[in-house]
Amino acid sequence: MNELFMNCIYFGVLLSFVTYGIGALLKKKFKFGFLNPLLIAIILTITFLVVGKIDYDVYYSGAQYISYLLTPATICLAVPLYEKFELLKKNYKAVLAGILTGVLTSMVSVFILAIIFGFDNAEYVTFLPKSITTAIGIGVAEELGGYVAITAAVIIVTGVIGNIAAEKICKIFKIKDPIAKGIAIGSSSHAIGTTKALEMGETEGAMSSLSIVVSGILTVALSGVFSMFIA
Amino acid sequence: MKYLKQFTIILIFAFVGEILHYFIPLPIPASIYGIILLFLCLEFKIISVKSIKETSNFLIKIMPVMFIPAAAGLIDAWGIMKERVVVYIFVTVITTIAVMIAAGKMTQFLIKQQKKRK
Repeated sequence: MNELFMNCIYFGVLLSFVTYGIGALLKKKFKFGFLNPLLIAIILTITFLVVGKIDYDVYYSGAQYISYLLTPATICLAVPLYEKFELLKKNYKAVLAGILTGVLTSMVSVFILAIIFGFDNAEYVTFLPKSITTAIGIGVAEELGGYVAITAAVIIVTGVIGNIAAEKICKIFKIKDPIAKGIAIGSSSHAIGTTKALEMGETEGAMSSLSIVVSGILTVALSGVFSMFIA
Repeated sequence: MKYLKQFTIILIFAFVGEILHYFIPLPIPASIYGIILLFLCLEFKIISVKSIKETSNFLIKIMPVMFIPAAAGLIDAWGIMKERVVVYIFVTVITTIAVMIAAGKMTQFLIKQQKKRK
């Protein structure tokens, strides 16, 4: 089927939209927390490609055009942030300390698990930027000598886990404050998590958006130091 | 015309972000420069929220869909990861949840402290 779909640019876009639509419908119908539209869309898309023996490159040659909208969409996150800026100013110490805690927890937990599982330096630095937005994370991993393709995959998995787990984790660990929820989601699972935060509320979305920017920049600043901890 | 105008404004920020990314030797992507610049322009009233509102709402709403192509690319990553995939997934899950709890709890604790002081 490769040849047919290679000539159809809209196939990749349509497959992505339809699978997400199915995911959203399933979530609406059965209200289980683990029925996450994004996760369902990813699983259905992959299944479709594997079963139909369609190369990923063929799918991506069309689907890439949706990805082109990511930069403008991310830039638009400045709007919710602007609308909640007064609230942010009032709580700026807690917000910044929270994001810094997230960044340090990410690197320390990667370090500890890297020791436990005997990662070498290249594997370790592959995981160091896992909690930040893809474009920054890949840049960091490249500079530190990690496996960039694995970093890209791990960042996406991180985002999807954050997106799925956010509501549950906040509930179990009694994170009730909307500002704290937003910081928790944005600093752990970047833009993919942020889409969930935006669904939860305006404050959650705004704080999560802020966390993408601040945790990304903090990770650029700190990952060089952390990279030296495993030789 | 309204939507065309709004989308044009947003794309200007994306383009300026790309220019900054080209000239500044840091691993910071165009989107991050763009979000900072747009925020500053809103805050200093250089542009109004109204001038981009509907289009930015639309883009933010459909944002989850934009991650599907890259995420489906996990099939291609499978080849290089399969030997260690259990370990990698374990590390990814644990660290993600640890960060979420630590960042959320710390923020909440400090907000409560601040409220008490008042």
